[in-house]
Amino acid sequence: MEALALHIPTDVIDGPTSLVFALIAVLAVGWCTVAARRGLDDRLVPLAGLATAFVFAAQMLNFPVAAGVSGHLLGGALAAALLGPWLGVLCVTVVIAIQALLFADGAVTALGLNVVNMAVIATFTAYGVLALALKVLPRTRVGVGAAVFAAAIVSVVAASAGFVLQFWLGGEEVGQSLGAMTAAILGTHVLIGIGEGVITAGAVTAVAVARPDLVHALRGTALARPAAAR
Amino acid sequence: MNTGTRPAGRPVRPKGSANSVVDGLYRPGDSPLHRLRPQVKIVGLVVFTCAIAATPREAVWAFGVHAAVLAGLFALARIPAAWVLTRSLVESPFLVLALAFPFMVEGPAVHIGVLTVSEPGLWAGWNLLAKATLGVWAALLLAATTPVAGVLAGLSRLRCPEILLQITAFAIRYAHLTVAEVTQMRLARLARCDDPRFLWQAGALARSLGTVFIRSFERGERVWQAMAARGYTGRLPLEVGPRPASALQWTAAMTAPAVAVAVAAWTAATL
Repeated sequence: MEALALHIPTDVIDGPTSLVFALIAVLAVGWCTVAARRGLDDRLVPLAGLATAFVFAAQMLNFPVAAGVSGHLLGGALAAALLGPWLGVLCVTVVIAIQALLFADGAVTALGLNVVNMAVIATFTAYGVLALALKVLPRTRVGVGAAVFAAAIVSVVAASAGFVLQFWLGGEEVGQSLGAMTAAILGTHVLIGIGEGVITAGAVTAVAVARPDLVHALRGTALARPAAAR
Repeated sequence: MNTGTRPAGRPVRPKGSANSVVDGLYRPGDSPLHRLRPQVKIVGLVVFTCAIAATPREAVWAFGVHAAVLAGLFALARIPAAWVLTRSLVESPFLVLALAFPFMVEGPAVHIGVLTVSEPGLWAGWNLLAKATLGVWAALLLAATTPVAGVLAGLSRLRCPEILLQITAFAIRYAHLTVAEVTQMRLARLARCDDPRFLWQAGALARSLGTVFIRSFERGERVWQAMAARGYTGRLPLEVGPRPASALQWTAAMTAPAVAVAVAAWTAATL
């Protein structure tokens, strides 16, 4: 059950719940579009397009974890750290929509649910955790790495918690075992989150060393400088 | 990190098909389904999927009807069954959940051989299995018969916000470059005697991702500058002018979803 929270297929969650979450997704993505446009203006389309292509490539880079099982990135934390919350949500949303419409991965009726979990919840929690952690941790290679690592774990677990919430609202009646299922899902996603965290932290520190101005979470400050908050 | 069941150690390849990401799962052809306007097919897919979701689980025969309609359409589009079955594997993580339901859900127990499972759990598992499979098949039908540009034109015809479509078009256009870059880096690592296995590869993988990000972002800025130099002000002329669909097209395309809706409504009323 490793990939439970991802790409929900047809009718795992009932109609009314799916509709409500589709509405939430539309509002959130619309809001992000307006906010991203404010920051980027006419650079939005080319930059967001290339950033989405990057998230797509990052997900495509699947690597063997154990015999017969391979993993790939979710990308919410990566997008949040490098691109910021608004652009990050847009990019992950476009990736999810492409996967549903062009690769039949995740049902069209569950598009709203998937966007809320993997794009909105994952990216915003990652950004929140990252912003908080960077206030406390030093802005060094290790500090940024640790902050991104924590943000990635929390974002993956939060995305799976989003699925649990949707399942509780409009899923199958599982009675007492809902608690056990929740524990199982959150537990597995902590493990998945650690994997995501290692890769994301490595990628973000690599960018932070070479081009700190491209890491949105650093807000243009170079790495070695001591943080202003300390 | 999403774990699926791809064979370990296989070279990195675009997800989906042997051809590039740019084409999605599109299979070129000239069937009536290929000729339908994309916007009609997208609406048809949404209606059909909703009908599948609304069919009560106890009406086992109704799922047979849905499957038969889809099989007929696949035959009409000349898409081989083997291709459909291989592509259906995307839903496999959820099949595990379907298999777990009979043991998880509480309710009156039934005995099958040596196993004791709950009856509502069996129904829940069947429900997930049937609906997820049919949903994937319906989505595959759209993906196989509509080129990427067509899907975008159809969405624009359906008043999807243009800014999202432009980002998507850009992403798809440049995805093959980015993916090729990732593949190239991996090959370069292999050529230098790297042995990517288990967790040891995480560091190299993360660093190449960082490099790819810098390259993508810089390319994005270059592309924007080139566009700005050619008078770009934030609006793109759409390359494929979306054409309207005739009433005949709408009627023809809505036949299959209409059958599905009728079956769903009838079973819901009688059960």
